[in-house]
Amino acid sequence: MVIVVPIKQVPETSNVQMDSVTGVMIRSGSKAILNPLDLYAIESALRYKEACDARVIAVTMGPQSAMKVLKEAIAMGCDDAVHISDRAFAGADTWSTSYTLAKAIAGMGKVDLIITGERATDGDTGQVGPEIASWLNLPLVTYVSQLIEMRSDSMMVKRMTEEGYQKLEVTLPALITVLKEVATVRLSTLKGKMRAMDMIIPTRTVKDLDVEPSYLGLKGSPTKVVKIEQARVKRDALIIEAMEADKVPDAVISLFDFLEDKQLLEKGESR
Amino acid sequence: MNDVWILAEYHKGMIKEVSYELLAWGRSLADSLGSSLCAVLLSPKIETEKVNSLFEYGADVVYHCTDSSFEFLNCATFSCALESLVRERSPHILLGAATTTGRSVLPYLAVKVSSGLTADCTSLTIEKETNLLLQTRPAIGGNIMATIKTPEHRPQMATVRPKSKKPLKREIGRKGRLESIPFDPLWKDERMKVLEEYIHEGNESSIEEAKRVVSGGKGLKKKENFELISRIASCLGAAVGASREAVDRGWIGYSHQVGLSGKTISPKLYMAVGISGAVQHLAGIKTAEYIVSINNDPTSPIIQISDLAIVGDLFTVCGEIEKEFERRKVFS
Repeated sequence: MVIVVPIKQVPETSNVQMDSVTGVMIRSGSKAILNPLDLYAIESALRYKEACDARVIAVTMGPQSAMKVLKEAIAMGCDDAVHISDRAFAGADTWSTSYTLAKAIAGMGKVDLIITGERATDGDTGQVGPEIASWLNLPLVTYVSQLIEMRSDSMMVKRMTEEGYQKLEVTLPALITVLKEVATVRLSTLKGKMRAMDMIIPTRTVKDLDVEPSYLGLKGSPTKVVKIEQARVKRDALIIEAMEADKVPDAVISLFDFLEDKQLLEKGESR
Repeated sequence: MNDVWILAEYHKGMIKEVSYELLAWGRSLADSLGSSLCAVLLSPKIETEKVNSLFEYGADVVYHCTDSSFEFLNCATFSCALESLVRERSPHILLGAATTTGRSVLPYLAVKVSSGLTADCTSLTIEKETNLLLQTRPAIGGNIMATIKTPEHRPQMATVRPKSKKPLKREIGRKGRLESIPFDPLWKDERMKVLEEYIHEGNESSIEEAKRVVSGGKGLKKKENFELISRIASCLGAAVGASREAVDRGWIGYSHQVGLSGKTISPKLYMAVGISGAVQHLAGIKTAEYIVSINNDPTSPIIQISDLAIVGDLFTVCGEIEKEFERRKVFS
């Protein structure tokens, strides 16, 4: 069987600090990394491979530098990788991105399963996975928190919801989006890293894909960003010092006064 | 037609609260446009008074399609039903909740109806000159607010973050037009089937939908101490959240994680206990209405975005908070 994992390169955010005056994120160097939530999609695909003998293909759309995240996927154990890159794709929203990725996946022949992360940590929409499923008319299972049974023609999974979780069965081909709790991510091996280093990853451009040009990139995107503003982040905290135990009761009284004043103690429904 | 539609959500015989929040958003947009507000309800058979509640919270029209296959979410089935309705009636705007349901069905539908979709909006307004929907959402970890338009495609679609607006005051007896939509068996997708559903107990309520959230972090030191967070949460009628450190250490499940790689939430009150406030964590709570923190480090970043911060030993402070709740119980 064939499993495709669409992944994304995002700006690194783990070492950033906040500007103490404006409260805005300072992106020192802003290194680009593999979207952390995509690691769980790769890990799920590799587990499936171990259970059902699958070939796992990682795919990403992005500039030349995005090749790096594909190498990372290979180092973890993916069999193949495809890089989709063309100026024509630049500035695509989720609708246009998912169209391009779906077309690239459709061009790979028979694909049994597509696994994506829940969302990317930069755009934070979580829409590309579900939209790929829609372009390819696949059944879609989102927010998967456990792979209960993995078979070559169907699978049983646990899906998280606001109320709890569902246990459900889906036939393949299908697309699932996975959560962080689906599995513990493995480290890449030395052998994998060497394989990644040597591997020549093909780049597909607009002319390699059977796409409608008017659907691509910024121009093909139904949504347009019209304004960007800095978010209000900093608040003027009332700071109550209570390091010594005898100051604690007064601090707690101030806390309750605050909660009462803002009507945060009102009983009634909690949701 | 300039109608504004919202997708109501159903669970176990009930209409979910978030549907009424969507109606409040939809009402303000429909009033700006001078158009009707329509709620779409896809559900199994449900009591009439439940359907009527949609009118009482602001809907002018309810399109109700009833079938047992709407008991649980199936994106393909839901999307087929919605696509058919959208194609027949061409709404101007369609809103869904940024929940596990809305964030799954609406992208699926956006492709089918060839329109744009903006995720997880916290503000929606109508641009006067054009009558277009201005969709505002936090991006890049909540550091910027982006405003997005869908100029050409219809309907203009958005998912809206739960708790970003209060439902309107319920107007008992308010009436509207109920239209029953026949279910087309061709919509039914058999490829996916829910076998079982497990529902959390009350105090495990989801952090995205909670009005109040009390979160614990590394400062709690060990798993047993995390109980303290649950106790404070239960006193406050709050849901339990956690920082990434607490989740990674196995003190509580991932569904409780707040932050960039967890949930982004907008409760009325967020109380952070023993959380220093890494940028990733702060990204998840920036739209909370009030933030209270309890932490022993006066230089913690969490203090910068708190409305009230107690700098002290969290165990002593929380112990005192519990005692205060006890006292109040006695006197109330």
